[in-house]
Amino acid sequence: MRANYKVELASGIFLLLGILAMIWLATRATNYGQEIGKDSYEISARFGNVAELKDRAPVKIGGVMVGMVEAVELDPVTFEAVVTMRIDTRFDEIPNDTSATILTSGVLGDRYVGLEPGGSFEVLEDGDELFITQSAVVLEQLISKYLFNTQAKEEAEE
Amino acid sequence: MTDSAKIAAALRPLGDTGRIGLFLLRMLGSLRPTRSTLVNTLQQTYLVGARSLVIIMICGFFVGMVLALQAINALEQFGASDQVSLLVGKSLFRELGPVLTALLFAGRAGTSVAAEIGLMKATGQLDAMELMAIDPVERIALPRFLAGLLSVPLLTAMFNALAILGAVVFSLGVMGLDSGIFWSKLQTGVYFDQDFMGGIWKSLVFGGLISLVAVYFGYHARPTGAGVGSATTNTVVLSSVLVLIFDFIMTSFFT
Repeated sequence: MRANYKVELASGIFLLLGILAMIWLATRATNYGQEIGKDSYEISARFGNVAELKDRAPVKIGGVMVGMVEAVELDPVTFEAVVTMRIDTRFDEIPNDTSATILTSGVLGDRYVGLEPGGSFEVLEDGDELFITQSAVVLEQLISKYLFNTQAKEEAEE
Repeated sequence: MTDSAKIAAALRPLGDTGRIGLFLLRMLGSLRPTRSTLVNTLQQTYLVGARSLVIIMICGFFVGMVLALQAINALEQFGASDQVSLLVGKSLFRELGPVLTALLFAGRAGTSVAAEIGLMKATGQLDAMELMAIDPVERIALPRFLAGLLSVPLLTAMFNALAILGAVVFSLGVMGLDSGIFWSKLQTGVYFDQDFMGGIWKSLVFGGLISLVAVYFGYHARPTGAGVGSATTNTVVLSSVLVLIFDFIMTSFFT
């Protein structure tokens, strides 16, 4: 009986340690709780080019994450990229003339959606669409514009 | 060999797989919520899980340290040493934690279970139980299977936790990286449902596989000393192979 009690105690401690380790890992070593969950509403926006914007990319206002990109799809009629986002319900007073831009985290970082609040008194609700949008800046297009510009200037000077 | 003998030899692994599957069904069929099953399972959790803790913790710590070392070595060339926690965290939670824990478990606990049951068979204890109308599958095999299924995810969690600790000790203590950047990259970049939970599901499957194989080979060992020895060898070999195969299958489903 005594040996049995020690064994049960030891296995109980083992189970407790294992569960504590799991909880510690889940809370301290992952992004648990930082994801936008069910308390969120959906909005959408159309862009000409979203570059490398992916699912779960952050949606930020002023650099602070307020939501996540849920899906990036192509409209087969207008060939625009339709981005659906989930915004946390804590941020329920975003004006409905807010503009959306595709920005980059740092110079070579991941793409995210930056929202610039407008001035309307009406707020965004579930299912609304943002109509003022700005596509992503693609580095290659920028370089080719610069080269074209330089070439045009050189030709004008001749 | 004649043609039919060759075909029989080629189909034998299929038969073995079927036998193992049928044994699993037999074990699950004998699952009854009795107090003795619970007590036995708890006891086996100690023998199988708690006793593996030391090796898991030591190996976890050193794996974390070597991961951090290799990661910093590689990332330094791009000036991206700050990403070390992201690299270590993702690779650990997704692959190295579950697989290494499973392989260590197979070597330490899988062999011990297979040997124990094999010896019980060789000394006639399993037959004696049947004569006393005690189902040896329910009394001996099932608790060890359930204990393994329960222990491996917990051991994986401990392995991961100690590996993170090892990575912390190495990157912050030895290499002097910034602790704020380390933890914030870890906490924003490592995803809970893809990386962490994916690893937990994997470890659950691995635990089931290893325990099933160990219990099967022990139960069906040839009742001799050499038979017990080959049961333990086959346990380690088959469970390692199955773990790595299922690792690929599960990863391709999740990613």
